[in-house]
Amino acid sequence: MTAIITEDHTQIEAAGMPGLIARIGRTAATLASYLQAGPLTLILGFFFLLPILMIAVVSFWDYDFAGLYPDFLTMNYTDTLGSWVTWKTYLNTLKYTVMVWGLTLLIGFWVAYFLAFHIRTTTMQMVLFLVCTVPFLTSNIIRMISWIPVLGRNGLVNTTLIEMGIIPSPIEWLLYSDFAVVLAMVHLNTLFMVTPIFNTLMRIDRSLIEAARDAGANGWQILWNVIIPLAKPGIAIGTIFVVTLVMADFSTVQVMSGGQSASVALMMKNQMSLLQYPAAAANAVVLLIVVLSMVSAILRVVDIRKEL
Amino acid sequence: MSKAAEIDIVSVSKVYGSTTAVHSISLKIPSGSYCCFLGPSGCGKTSTLRMIAGHESISSGDIRLGNVVVTDFPPAKRGTAMMFQSYALFPHLDLIDNVAFSLKMKGIDREERRAKALDMLKLMQMEAYANRRPAHLSGGQQQRVALARALITDPEALLLDEPLSALDPFLKIRMRAELKKLQKSLGITFVHVTHSQEEAMALADMIVIMNDGRIEQAAHPREVFERPATAFVARFMGDHNVLTGRVIDSGKGKVTLEVAEGQTFTVAGPAHEPGAPIDIGVRTDRVRLATPSETTLGFNGVVSNVEYRGASVKITVIGAGSDDFTVITTDADFFEKPVAVGDAVPLSWGLEDAVLLGRLAA
Repeated sequence: MTAIITEDHTQIEAAGMPGLIARIGRTAATLASYLQAGPLTLILGFFFLLPILMIAVVSFWDYDFAGLYPDFLTMNYTDTLGSWVTWKTYLNTLKYTVMVWGLTLLIGFWVAYFLAFHIRTTTMQMVLFLVCTVPFLTSNIIRMISWIPVLGRNGLVNTTLIEMGIIPSPIEWLLYSDFAVVLAMVHLNTLFMVTPIFNTLMRIDRSLIEAARDAGANGWQILWNVIIPLAKPGIAIGTIFVVTLVMADFSTVQVMSGGQSASVALMMKNQMSLLQYPAAAANAVVLLIVVLSMVSAILRVVDIRKEL
Repeated sequence: MSKAAEIDIVSVSKVYGSTTAVHSISLKIPSGSYCCFLGPSGCGKTSTLRMIAGHESISSGDIRLGNVVVTDFPPAKRGTAMMFQSYALFPHLDLIDNVAFSLKMKGIDREERRAKALDMLKLMQMEAYANRRPAHLSGGQQQRVALARALITDPEALLLDEPLSALDPFLKIRMRAELKKLQKSLGITFVHVTHSQEEAMALADMIVIMNDGRIEQAAHPREVFERPATAFVARFMGDHNVLTGRVIDSGKGKVTLEVAEGQTFTVAGPAHEPGAPIDIGVRTDRVRLATPSETTLGFNGVVSNVEYRGASVKITVIGAGSDDFTVITTDADFFEKPVAVGDAVPLSWGLEDAVLLGRLAA
């Protein structure tokens, strides 16, 4: 009996000031959600938004050989966009991007297709997929540099071909050429194409392929009408990876072309080494806009939402 | 769409590595009939269907469709069309392109194939959704589209792999009626795989009951219900109680058997050798809670469960070597003389309510 009375008592008390308790509860809930969102906001703010904002600000500053002077000048942009060197460099970078994209897509799709449809056991699929990632256990630079002894004037390929008597003198364009740049970039970036495509291919319901076969489709028709359309989101994600990586690359271009070719990022690096930070910043802003519009164009063509 | 083909399965086996999924089965499905393959999961019914469709290679034996041996033909060359369990509609295509898919593969030009596909969608009353994607449809609508896609190839036989299993119970019954109506109006052979006895009974002209890769019985639903061929069929269909024992006497068209607990029962049937193992089936809805007129047509048992089902009451009794001997009585009979769990009750049935069950030659 006593217990029941006590219980009633607390209930009455709680009912007596419902407004206050509800308000405290609401405030606590709001505070909790801000606290939960806080760390990520801080990290993104400090390490992502702030640097980009600083680049944007610095791109309007003035500079000379000795220092940077806060100002609001459009000179850096007019210099960048008005120079034929910039346009040529962009064209060159785009050329690399298109070639590397095409090759990584071709190679990446077939590797992913083979893994997803021709390897029967999941264990073997995982083993082979991990084999694809083995090169990534070493750094980008090392993988790139290791091409030099292979492609060099007296490198592996040339010596072998000469000793086999196929060519009389070394092939000059193997190293320090566009060929070498594209080769190294394809080597570095194909896995970024394989992974998302493999992922989408694995999600294709196998009964769809049977249904296509039931409808009389042959292997190529199934590939063209069913598999490729359903792999589009993966292709788009892989494309975004490869395009952004190649557009922003400077080390591969510098090392593999032997300094004979330029890319936008390499141009920026050179400007920075000459302490022309505002010019490099303006260049960076332009590149950022170009790459972002490329990405948004890709997203406009393919809906990747269901893959995320 | 008037042609319909007889499907003739001649000692067909399916072996996966060291396991045999289908043991040399033979079956003739008459042209224009609705045939249901029924059985528990893993019984080989889906493998059989997929072998008819051509999506599974045949390890040995032959399949004939009409006058053509199709054993080595690819699926599209067989004159069959398959409807898949999850419908397998192409998610990236709208309904018209889904239905027109096989025409596109044949190289028929765009306008013609889209017009034909739209006609097919009209037949299925789905033309209002022609430009939608499959993901925006309900289960029943998806099924209609899958049917349209299968039928546009003008098949001689339609193969359906558990077509109703993805639907909710209410829709299941409606789509079942639609399937039956469609089969009647098209007049082609339907082969339908299911694990639901009710579905098979409702739809089929011929039920094929499979167990462990073998056909236990292939007959009209009425025959399966009234004269189950084996103990498995009787148990699986659920309308018969199975009693197992050994023959002690036979002759004059009757067989008497003794179960392990000592009771003896009589059933109509040909003479058997004394001592031979034998199964009989007793109709659950014909058993009465009354003292038998002859001792071999009933026994005394103990009620272990009573289940009220509205128009009928299901009483489970332990006795005569069976721990789930089922009695289905009408609600009127039950409430006139109710029994409770733990009661000892006499059970009886007529000679015509028991059937002699056969055994498969192993």
